[in-house]
Amino acid sequence: MAALVQTRGVSKSFGGLFAVKEVDLAIEDREIHCLIGPNGAGKSTLFKLIVGTYAPSAGSILFAGADVTQMPAFARVARGMSIKMQTPSVFRALSVRQNLHIALQHHVEPHRIPAEEERLLSLLGLEADAARPAGELAHGQQQWLEIGMALALRPRLLLLDEPTAGLSPDETFRTGELIQRLNADGATVLVVEHDMAFVRQIATSVTVLHLGQVFARGTIEEIIANRGVEEIYLGSAHDA
Amino acid sequence: MVNLLNGPQTLGRGRAFWSAAAAVLAIALVYPLFVDSYDVGSSAYFLCWVFMALGLCLMWGYNGMMSFGQTFFFGVGGYGYGVIEINLGVAHGGAMASLVATLVVTAVAAASLGYFMIYGRIGGMFFGIVTFAVTLALAFFLNQTAGPEWHIGAARLNGFNGMQGMDPLTLPWFGGDIDLEGTAFYYFVLVLLVAVYLLLRLLVNSRFGNVLVAIREDPLRAELLGYDVRRYSLVTFVIGSVLGGLSGALYCSWGQFISPSSVGLPAAAMPVVWVAFSGRSDVTATLIGTLLLIAGFQALTIYSEQWALILMGVLLAGTVLIAPDGLIVSLANVVVRRRARNRTVLRPSLQER
Repeated sequence: MAALVQTRGVSKSFGGLFAVKEVDLAIEDREIHCLIGPNGAGKSTLFKLIVGTYAPSAGSILFAGADVTQMPAFARVARGMSIKMQTPSVFRALSVRQNLHIALQHHVEPHRIPAEEERLLSLLGLEADAARPAGELAHGQQQWLEIGMALALRPRLLLLDEPTAGLSPDETFRTGELIQRLNADGATVLVVEHDMAFVRQIATSVTVLHLGQVFARGTIEEIIANRGVEEIYLGSAHDA
Repeated sequence: MVNLLNGPQTLGRGRAFWSAAAAVLAIALVYPLFVDSYDVGSSAYFLCWVFMALGLCLMWGYNGMMSFGQTFFFGVGGYGYGVIEINLGVAHGGAMASLVATLVVTAVAAASLGYFMIYGRIGGMFFGIVTFAVTLALAFFLNQTAGPEWHIGAARLNGFNGMQGMDPLTLPWFGGDIDLEGTAFYYFVLVLLVAVYLLLRLLVNSRFGNVLVAIREDPLRAELLGYDVRRYSLVTFVIGSVLGGLSGALYCSWGQFISPSSVGLPAAAMPVVWVAFSGRSDVTATLIGTLLLIAGFQALTIYSEQWALILMGVLLAGTVLIAPDGLIVSLANVVVRRRARNRTVLRPSLQER
């Protein structure tokens, strides 16, 4: 079966410096794929290439069988991608409910939006904060709200860039559970992460990037057993 | 429909607000019965300007595009109406057709300018600078069109002396066209203003309006929710700019005169002052504040235009320092907060960007 996402020889250079170089990556349908690697490995750049906020210098990107290399981000979203960026970006001055509404109205029929809002609010545990401006929420709640907005799109592919950044261990664990539940409901998930405990909790397959190139790939057990991976992390991979 | 009129993007909801609005409208409707026609004409003149303020409010307050180009489109509308009307003539509804044609011309101009700016990703402060430059360029161009060679058909542009000779609007009617002058013009503009105000309320609370405020808050996030941000912004720019053109056309019909000074520097600053003073995040606040400022400015101009301009500058500086969200919006928020603590979603502050 063809992969849901495929990058073929994708490169991205900034002024002659390659952040990502000739990366072939395949994300199979319905897996939770984690992209890991030390700082500066090119994880976020690759993520942005798949999302469409960066255009590749070379190579092509396929999503659900179609070439999306030249497609702007909003069109990729319309085809079933959904994205949560690294820093929480919610509509700060708008209420939590409005944030969800704006995400939902893209494809949910108007009369069904209120019910969907309620469903998401309770899923995120934000019922009591529905009327508050999103900018007033705690950091962790903003992260969750943004994941909720990404979910509102009912994506085939959910792309999460460091979803646990700034979360408490408890929140991190619950985020992992949420991702697994979504995956069980049929979503394919790509996560950029460097919290190895979190990766161990959720990943079905892992790709390790190093200096912009694929260094290793396999199941989480294979990656943990890989001495080379340990070395590029300078032994820090097991600290988390 | 009612939900859209009272949606989250507009201040002023509920029975009390609409009762007050109806009362104000009733006063505006009977007011010509009690004053002489000269004063009614002056009031119509005030109302003409409000459209461009509402347009700027939509672009700036709801979509985050600070356009300094409202007087550019005011000029396009004013000169457009003059040129088309002089060539078309007033008979057989020609004046009203000229108004419609002028709005189409303004829309095309806005779409062209907007396309290059928005699709060229000119954003933030540079959006204001480019629109301002285009406005000044039009003013300078018009200023040097005094010679007889500068004409479009029968319409002479006349440089800094301004163009004249166009007829006022007429309303085609069964028994014969109705001249829209004095009181009739007042009612025409009033009806237009109420219609535009209500349509804008519907627009900003609709699905479209939700996307507009999302773009204002975070364009990247809006795009990542699947919205074509540039297309939404372009449509908004066209709507807002056409309202600037409508102001210009109405002004030209009112005075049967338009000159480059309506486009130049002091004029270009006015809509920005009105909207910033009133509160750019709300159409009702912009409507009220703009009318107050124009009436106040006009009253002062009788004594000294220089002083009136200085006062405008002081008001803008004061508003930015004391109530950055705008005076009317800030006052409304105080009232709402008093009336319903913890219950209502307040008008969001725009300061945090």
